[in-house]
Amino acid sequence: MARGMQVPPLGEPHSVSIGKKLITGLVSAVLTLIFAQTISAQTPSPSPAADVNSRLARLEQQAAEAKSSADNAWMLTSAALVLMMTGPGLALFYGGLVRKKNVLGTMMQSLALMAVITICWGLFSYSLSFGAGNSFMGGLQNVFLKGVGSAPDADYAATIPAQTFMVYQLMFAIITPALIAGAFAERMKFSAMLALTVLWSIIVYDPMAHMVWGKGGLLNASLSGRFPTLDFAGGTVVHVTSGVSALVCALYLGKRLGYPKESMPPHSVVLSFIGACMLWVGWFGFNAGSALGAGSLATSAFVATHFAAAAATIGWAGAEWIRNGKPSVLGGISGAVAGLVAITPAAGFVKPMPALLIGLLAGIFCYLMVAKVKAKVGYDDSLDAFGVHGAGGTLGALLTGVFAVRAVNPIFKDSQGNALPSGLIEGNAHQLLNQLVGVAIAWVIAIVGTVLILKLVDVTIGLRVSEEEEVQGLDLSQHGEEGYYWEASA
Amino acid sequence: MTKIEAVIQNSKLEAVKTALQEIGVEGMTVIEVRGHGRQKGHTEVYRGREYSVDLIPKTKIEMVLPDALVEKAEQAILNAARTGKIGDGKIFRSRIDEAIRIRNDERGEGAL
Repeated sequence: MARGMQVPPLGEPHSVSIGKKLITGLVSAVLTLIFAQTISAQTPSPSPAADVNSRLARLEQQAAEAKSSADNAWMLTSAALVLMMTGPGLALFYGGLVRKKNVLGTMMQSLALMAVITICWGLFSYSLSFGAGNSFMGGLQNVFLKGVGSAPDADYAATIPAQTFMVYQLMFAIITPALIAGAFAERMKFSAMLALTVLWSIIVYDPMAHMVWGKGGLLNASLSGRFPTLDFAGGTVVHVTSGVSALVCALYLGKRLGYPKESMPPHSVVLSFIGACMLWVGWFGFNAGSALGAGSLATSAFVATHFAAAAATIGWAGAEWIRNGKPSVLGGISGAVAGLVAITPAAGFVKPMPALLIGLLAGIFCYLMVAKVKAKVGYDDSLDAFGVHGAGGTLGALLTGVFAVRAVNPIFKDSQGNALPSGLIEGNAHQLLNQLVGVAIAWVIAIVGTVLILKLVDVTIGLRVSEEEEVQGLDLSQHGEEGYYWEASA
Repeated sequence: MTKIEAVIQNSKLEAVKTALQEIGVEGMTVIEVRGHGRQKGHTEVYRGREYSVDLIPKTKIEMVLPDALVEKAEQAILNAARTGKIGDGKIFRSRIDEAIRIRNDERGEGAL
């Protein structure tokens, strides 16, 4: 049929070309009719009913293929968006917050994880997270991506290739340890950082991902785990684990030289601004992509995500405006990230108005954690990985248990398949308890795992750079280059 | 020969430059500097942490003039750079022993 739409050769007069088009269209239509009849005449048709049945089956298959293509297109886009959150999103966000001499060292941490975690994921981490295993850990049946091909894994996502699901989940495994870097910024050896994050990924991330999202996982809400925790896109798996581990790192490592006496303002809020806005956009892949399809659930998560980010921007910057007399740009973007963190577990379970509320609360809460609590307790969480991700993630995970509704996502069903109440506002108070269990497990595994790993790396490689290296900056001492190399041009 | 160094507000550079050119000053060197006099700095707040910034960005203009031009040049700077508020800057005057043009070894006021 494409022939009927053929474009006339260039330079032909307009009227002629229309006439020609008409004729070509007609001829091709007639030809198609004749041709189609010839084919149906040649096909043996035992009975009209069987013919209808086979046509229906074909139609169903085509519809399924079309849905699969649509879902796959969105999921591949989402995977790319989530990768963009780490590089350049997080790299810019964190890179701008450190001092000039550490900008490359900080960005390199994001890039290194994009490379190293990818390799681990292919070799064994995907299997440890999403292979069928026990309640806590996946098995080894998918090592080297064995059995992860174009056929969907119906337990996870029935309409997309298992390989799409695998690569989408990989992007989460990359950004999670990258978030921790905010706590040990400006003072950790590059080698130690690599060892720490790879071990962390295996000991903390993979088990947590398996428990919440994996087959047979203890906390899996959609595959009937023991304590079904609602975590749509990683409030516990990504943000609580990374944020709490960040706090452990900050406490274990100690303060940066000169902190808090010396002033260490961000060297470029401009870079951070660009990074934060990329995080906001990338987060649509993170949250709406977690619908694992292109249907209305993705829309719902997209909307909730955006609304929460907006409200949290106002929450943080507004709190500053009231307390300091001025709303800052850094406060605005920090608020946006805090809101995105808090809505992550809730995105596919809550309606837009509760999303606004969750965002607003997260913006104010994280501001207080960062501006007040941190100063009181006195730890040097350099870029506030705990204050934003640990605090915001915990708040969001708990509020998910409050505001989840079955109208958005009927995740709990009785034996007849009727949707059961989801969150506290629907009368399911028990869900709040499940959320608490999920959050508590995330805290415990993050604390225990991170302490063990820090000890191990400390006695083998050593965690901190030397004092001279810290003064010189990570760019020169760890990588032998400078982010801003000024020399009069010839 | 006399050297005039003027530290002025960044926003006054164009006005001062124009005023100096109008009275016949032919060369100058402009430097971005930071410093403070009696002017107190300001505070910046990043995520609840206050930083006091006491070295404030200023612009410094340096020029070496024939003595005859010095009074006029100083007056031009005063007129163009003054806002009447704290932080307007200062002018320093000092004697210069020699000026040499690198291109042709020309010496004295002719080299200016």
